[in-house]
Amino acid sequence: MEDYIVKVNDMTVVYHKKPVLWDVDLKIPPGLLMAIVGPNGAGKSTLIKAMLGLVKPTTGKTTFWGDSYEKQRKKIGYVPQRGSVDWDFPTDVLDVVTMGTYGELGWIKRPGKRERDLAIKAIEKVDMLSFMDRQISQLSGGQQQRVFLARALVQDADIYFMDEPFQGVDAKTERAIISLLEELKNRGKTVVVVHHDLQTVPEYFDWVVLLNRVIIETGPIDKVFTEENLKRTYRSSHENLYRKRDVM
Amino acid sequence: MLAEIFSDYTLRIVSIGSILLGIISGTLGTYAVLRKQSLIGDMVSHAALPGIGLSFLIIGSKNTEWLLLGAFIAAWIATIIVNTIYRNSRIKYDSALGMILAVFFGFGLVLLSYIQKIPNANQAGLENFLFGQASTLLERDIILMAIIAVFTIISVILFWKEFKLLSFDSDFADIIGFSTDKLDLILTTLIVIAVVVGLQSVGVVLMSAMLIAPAVASRQWTDKLSIMIILSSTFGALSGVIGTIISSSIPKMPTGPIIVMVVTIIAFISMLFAPKRGLIWRRIKDYYNKKELGANMVLNNLYSLYKNHGEDFHPHDLDTICLHHTGIIHSKRMLKRELHKLEILGLAKEYENGNWAITQKGLDKMESIFFEDGRDIV
Repeated sequence: MEDYIVKVNDMTVVYHKKPVLWDVDLKIPPGLLMAIVGPNGAGKSTLIKAMLGLVKPTTGKTTFWGDSYEKQRKKIGYVPQRGSVDWDFPTDVLDVVTMGTYGELGWIKRPGKRERDLAIKAIEKVDMLSFMDRQISQLSGGQQQRVFLARALVQDADIYFMDEPFQGVDAKTERAIISLLEELKNRGKTVVVVHHDLQTVPEYFDWVVLLNRVIIETGPIDKVFTEENLKRTYRSSHENLYRKRDVM
Repeated sequence: MLAEIFSDYTLRIVSIGSILLGIISGTLGTYAVLRKQSLIGDMVSHAALPGIGLSFLIIGSKNTEWLLLGAFIAAWIATIIVNTIYRNSRIKYDSALGMILAVFFGFGLVLLSYIQKIPNANQAGLENFLFGQASTLLERDIILMAIIAVFTIISVILFWKEFKLLSFDSDFADIIGFSTDKLDLILTTLIVIAVVVGLQSVGVVLMSAMLIAPAVASRQWTDKLSIMIILSSTFGALSGVIGTIISSSIPKMPTGPIIVMVVTIIAFISMLFAPKRGLIWRRIKDYYNKKELGANMVLNNLYSLYKNHGEDFHPHDLDTICLHHTGIIHSKRMLKRELHKLEILGLAKEYENGNWAITQKGLDKMESIFFEDGRDIV
């Protein structure tokens, strides 16, 4: 097996005395699309945020290429949940995407022509060129998601963490996003996605983490994504799961 | 009136002071509003009061610099306490703000009444900080304000992208390596300075309006952060001048409250009349949208008739076109009116004996509505 690029050791996250994540050990191999799957409140977003230092874990640590997050920051891209920002903020698409270059620029320095060109290239990738000067408040949900994606693409990272990039997105945009993710994978990048829709997991992803406060199972889809494991993940709600599957 | 400002020394000092205050608070208030921390100004100004009292008790001087330094320290400590409470407990941010505001302000009032009771001829005037007294501004104070204004503007220009990122998406700022703890500290300290600067002329009670109202007003007129800040400081400065002029031309009119009144009126006017965001503009737009919708519904009916009748441009009479579910079209007269509107636009065509059909152009428009990924239906 190839070397792992991200290792999470014994991570526990506690919110107000309630454990959200319990003793998580996780290894992420390079060059694949990985889904984090689990019921609501399973700690999927928290896992990503704790790995990236946005949430302070009570115990445990995460290494990226054997180093701390701070040292490898430039190789790591992040797409937050669409609902985490105020889309009525006075700015336009190009400006938001340009924010992806700020990390490389560092403090005080201003984005110039080079950064602008990079941003435009990323906007083109997500097929939003005609919306470049559009106010972000005038975007649909799918378009907002594509803007966030473009901002992450600008970072040109080696591993991307995406928090529910398919949430509230129409079928067309979902297909566009997934083909982008596949392109990233083909370029040797790793993409870790918090995902909600169980049906599409085997179709979209190579690797899966089944999470419900603890890691139930993790590994390649064909080995891990089984009825039995899903039942264990969705313990209390597995009946719902069946109903959902029947409908589909 | 303007000539009077330039000839009268006090008036000149007061108006320059109010302009500078407007620029400082307008600029920084923009960030407070965008970060949804509108209450922070209120907390900071109230929490500054005990600092003024303590500074007087310890140093025994009524020099503005010393009093404001005390105010700054007290307000800054209060902000640190609020942040500590918010981060380390389950208490919500606004509850922490309200709590600290009350505690500090209460303590400040106790100190002020204690100071009034000690036998010292020098103590009079401290209570002016409650509602402000612009006429006590001196040239020294103006110079201090000018320095702070320049400092504020330089900081905002220097940290332009950092402050924008912090206000829009602080998680992302952290991820790409801009410590939001540091940025937050810088921005909050600037806001504390801005509020403290205004205490002398506008006062503890009303100062938060100087921070929030110009930003709220300017947000209505623009969708660009840079313009929002420029407009906001312009509104702040403008209300400073207008307020000073009004209060100087009417006897016994307090300057600070008048300035706050003016800036509030500017905010109200903006919220009512600004294009795109203003209430009245939106009403008018709704009205036209509704009218537009009527025509679009009729066009939609013509379109489905076309689709359901072998896709040729066969005309139909009014009864057929006016299906039951066209809620907005409630009479034949109205239907005719909408049809004629469509005709003018070239989207529908009238045939002999008053029958109507969709045109190729109307067809294209409907298909573009149904099949294109766009939000405007015009």
